[in-house]
Amino acid sequence: MFRISKRAEMKRTHQGLVRIAAILVSLVAMSGWIVAIGHNPLMVYKAMLDGCFGSTYRVLETIKYTIPLGLAALGVMLAFKMKFWNIGGEGQILMGAFAATYFALNFSDMPKTALLLLMMISAMIMGGLWSLIPAIFKVSFGTNETVFTLMLNYIALKYIIYLQYGPWKDPMAFGFPKIPNFSDNAILPKVFGLHIGWIILLLATVVVYVIFHHTKIGFEIAVIGESENTAKYAGMTVRRTVMKAVFLSGGLCGLVGMIQASAVSNTLTFELSSGIGYDAIIVAWLSNMNPMMVPLVAFLFAILSQGASFIQTAFQIPQSAAEIIQGMILIFALSAEFFIRYKLSLVDRSAKGGQHA
Amino acid sequence: MNEKVVELKGITKVFGTVRASDNITVSFNYGEVHSLLGENGAGKSTLMNILCGIYQPDSGEIIIRGERAIVRSPRDAISHGVGMIHQHLKLVEDHTVLENMIAGQKGSFFIRKSKLEAEIRALCDHYDIQVDPNTKIKDLSIAEKQRVEILKVLYRGARILILDEPTAVLTPQETQNLFKIIKKMREDNCTILIITHKLDEVLEISDRITVLRKGKYIDTLINENLEPRTLTDKMVGKSTNLEIVREEVKPGDNILEVSKIVVYNHENAHALFDVSFSVKKGEILGVAGVAGSGQKELCEAIAGLQRVTEGSIRFNGEDLVGKTPRKIIDMGISMSFVPEDRLGMGLVSSMDITDNVLLKEYNRQHGVFLSRKEAKKQALDLVDKLSIDTPSVDTAVRLLSGGNIQKVLLGREIETQPELIITAYPVRGLDVGSAHKVYDLLNVQKQKGVGVIFVGEDLDVLRAFCDRIMVLCNGKVTGIVDADKVSREDLGYMMAGRHMDEVMADV
Amino acid sequence: MLSLIVFLHAAVQAGTPLLFATIGEIVTEKVGNLNLGVEGLMLMGAVGGFMAGYHSGSPLVAIIVAALTAMIGGWIYAFLTVTLRANQVVTGLAITILGTGISGFLGQSLVGEVLPKSFTNVFKPLSIPILNKIPFFGHVFFNQNLFVYLGFIAAILLTVYYKYTRLGLNAKAVGENPYAADANGIDVSRYKYAHILLGSALCGLGGAYLSLVYIPAWQENVTAGRGWIAVALVIFSMWHPSRAILGAFVFGGLDIVGFRLQELNISISQYLIDMLPYLVTILVLIFNSVRKDFVAGPKALSVSYFREER
Repeated sequence: MFRISKRAEMKRTHQGLVRIAAILVSLVAMSGWIVAIGHNPLMVYKAMLDGCFGSTYRVLETIKYTIPLGLAALGVMLAFKMKFWNIGGEGQILMGAFAATYFALNFSDMPKTALLLLMMISAMIMGGLWSLIPAIFKVSFGTNETVFTLMLNYIALKYIIYLQYGPWKDPMAFGFPKIPNFSDNAILPKVFGLHIGWIILLLATVVVYVIFHHTKIGFEIAVIGESENTAKYAGMTVRRTVMKAVFLSGGLCGLVGMIQASAVSNTLTFELSSGIGYDAIIVAWLSNMNPMMVPLVAFLFAILSQGASFIQTAFQIPQSAAEIIQGMILIFALSAEFFIRYKLSLVDRSAKGGQHA
Repeated sequence: MNEKVVELKGITKVFGTVRASDNITVSFNYGEVHSLLGENGAGKSTLMNILCGIYQPDSGEIIIRGERAIVRSPRDAISHGVGMIHQHLKLVEDHTVLENMIAGQKGSFFIRKSKLEAEIRALCDHYDIQVDPNTKIKDLSIAEKQRVEILKVLYRGARILILDEPTAVLTPQETQNLFKIIKKMREDNCTILIITHKLDEVLEISDRITVLRKGKYIDTLINENLEPRTLTDKMVGKSTNLEIVREEVKPGDNILEVSKIVVYNHENAHALFDVSFSVKKGEILGVAGVAGSGQKELCEAIAGLQRVTEGSIRFNGEDLVGKTPRKIIDMGISMSFVPEDRLGMGLVSSMDITDNVLLKEYNRQHGVFLSRKEAKKQALDLVDKLSIDTPSVDTAVRLLSGGNIQKVLLGREIETQPELIITAYPVRGLDVGSAHKVYDLLNVQKQKGVGVIFVGEDLDVLRAFCDRIMVLCNGKVTGIVDADKVSREDLGYMMAGRHMDEVMADV
Repeated sequence: MLSLIVFLHAAVQAGTPLLFATIGEIVTEKVGNLNLGVEGLMLMGAVGGFMAGYHSGSPLVAIIVAALTAMIGGWIYAFLTVTLRANQVVTGLAITILGTGISGFLGQSLVGEVLPKSFTNVFKPLSIPILNKIPFFGHVFFNQNLFVYLGFIAAILLTVYYKYTRLGLNAKAVGENPYAADANGIDVSRYKYAHILLGSALCGLGGAYLSLVYIPAWQENVTAGRGWIAVALVIFSMWHPSRAILGAFVFGGLDIVGFRLQELNISISQYLIDMLPYLVTILVLIFNSVRKDFVAGPKALSVSYFREER
């Protein structure tokens, strides 16, 4: 029989160790499961790493997946820090991509830099506006933002499907439901063989870090997240700050949509995001709300996803195995928080006869 | 025959780094009223929470009726006949009295309402308590809620009742009523343990008194010819001057004039109705009232945190009604508010001292970016000036002791050089030393000509410390009286709703 | 008129998975736990039930396995939020991710598979004598399959449970004020576990209805966001299981309205009409938060309970 009591406070380094331990434990737990479905876990893990790092191409692919994941995680983090549970990243990504695509298709003869900038800005504004809808209702009436943002994901998805099968369908695609490809003008340039999204990610990481630690709005976000009462007491305009931060949050997600549409799929498709908005939530949480951790955690996550799609062909393990692993890691990481906050000790049972010494 | 009903032996409980209960050994008898006396942080509540299964001791044993008892949960405690009436009453507000009474009780699968009602009525009659089993808890007054809580514990067959600061929220008259119930229970051979720090009540009701200090057992005394002085010395440990000083300052002009304000609470009922009063420069205005009489709303209305529907709040002649806190600051009004909920409103519990100081001044910085240099300097100053006990200014405030938390809050507020300070229960939960520090700080401000609103609960403190006392009842002012001319009893009548003209006319 | 009856009859069927999931979430939230993993639990129930049904051929086994599969998810959720006091919002999301993964993984080999004949036999419409003679409503409500009736019964039993029984009262006390409940000798953890497990079993049954009766074949991501709609429906029904019946059937109607409109040759894009349930969910959310008499749900919802909290 264990007894639970609260800890004073754990050292930062110990906290980190506990979290790393949690990830290791989840990998071990996964091994058990891999054995259960008849594979050698070491071989599977090795194949996963091979799938991510086996060649320059694979490494680039892994980083390519890190970019949207990290950016979206930074985005949702801005909202999460205020305890505004924005799980609408998916929809904000799609709507951002939608705005970017609109300009890519209709203004394809603009100069490249101008067009790309226009696409980026419009995507950020569109993503921001999409996230602002629930924010306005949240601050005005206390409408539940979790369900609201989620419903908007489905609406965005249905809307893109509608475009893809309807008004935006490429007439040149022989009836195949796809939106026309972007012209070269609308495609992000490459630096070191990889589209410049990676630079954007690193920049955004620094920017979010600076926002959190060295700006007034960052301070307000942190205070609101801890206690809205204190924020009001200190004279903060809670509504406006929440809306600003949520707009930024959705804006970053919208930017992800632009990057994916422009650099990865070269067009808009309803499968453009395929769960990035959700995975970003896990990445943000696992980064412990620390923006500097995001690129690293997103990279680890990309390894998982890339690796999982590789083992699908190598071992016939379905791709959804990756989701299970992600879910498990999140669960173990959540469990780890317990050991950071509480202390377990054995209860003296001698009064009952004492089976334990 | 052994007359001891409960023996606690070597009870130790550590919270983080604080030894809340340090090897305490004490025993209680059948049919006695036994007071546990000690100042805040002495370990009274911790010890009793261990006896009733809320806390698990780190070591030590509990012996009930001669047998070693395992009390791992309140459920175990109930089975040993131990019940506790907590300071924060453990009632479900949205449920009825009856539902609260039977929750967790064994019995028929379906709730047989008429039978249970009869049982409860019988119990009420026995103790001469009037309460309708079908009222919802949220519709009862605090004193009534407390009676329900007592009934609930008795209904569960408790023979050992623990009351944690039961009189803190009561008027003097309600306190007498409670004592009647306690005496009735003693007649029935119940053991009543009372946690308190009010000396006169201790001397009035108890058979024996145990004094604790800083988690340690000091002494147990029989209540015969005891001098209050003996008890305070044991409580505090040294002969300290516990006198609260009222600085005589010649009051100046009105700094604040509140006129006929009306405030609604979120359930659309009156939280404040037709409240008018004024505060002068260099004056401390006390606010008395049963908890929840509108004190919180009053403070927040002045600070700009509550919507005022009617009336005016004039600060040096300027009306504050309808202004947000930010707007009030921008108008150049310097007013400080030390709210009741220190960690939930006044401070951010997880942030360090620097960031909590920053809370008040960050908006004065220009531009988008934020500098912590100034705040850090101020924080260091504060720690130094008020001798705040903390490892560093980078320590989260929630890790500090109650007294030090209050020093951070009050210190920060005073640093802004306010003309008016609003304090809500500023000494609640503080040890005697820290409480006196608070009185001293406020007295210094008073001498500087600052107006102070002091919302308090201890009527003796209010009478000794304030210049005038305003009494609130159900959001209405029932009187504003000179503190040195009013008796506790008269304050009590006003707190219960009688107007001061009536009360004073009775004399 | 006839086509309206046919439509409402179909709406009740489409609403049944929502009904199960909604009352499941109500049971969970009543003890103070906000479980955002409904979608995941439904998917786990759907895949568990389908696999069991596909291999055993027995509807009873399928239903039991569906409930048990979802209860595994519920148990993980309970262990994290009750025992380990983890953040309920994030834990719920984790359950959704895990459940989606598990259903995708196990369902991989089942895509397109159809259930044995025994299922269509057991879940064919059963007319309830006398009640089915009620004009209009008779056909809509009382000419349905077993599973639909099970949903009615569950919602009604839960209403009775919370109104008239001691266990129900205790459970409500846990969600309103766990500190009070604990002081009253109610084992808070045990009540939370039991109700979370019961709630997740109900969510699982909601999912199983989709894969076993409604479709009845295996589709990837068969729930399509219904779990999230259920979370909103809990607010809509103000935590009353009986009101959930109405909410679920209204949304069932929205779910199929596009299909019906197409039959009527009304030319609005199917994809736009598909948005309707989600749009209306948002409207419901907004409506509920704007209204004055709105009940905010159990007081201790989504707050972890730790007895020694100071």
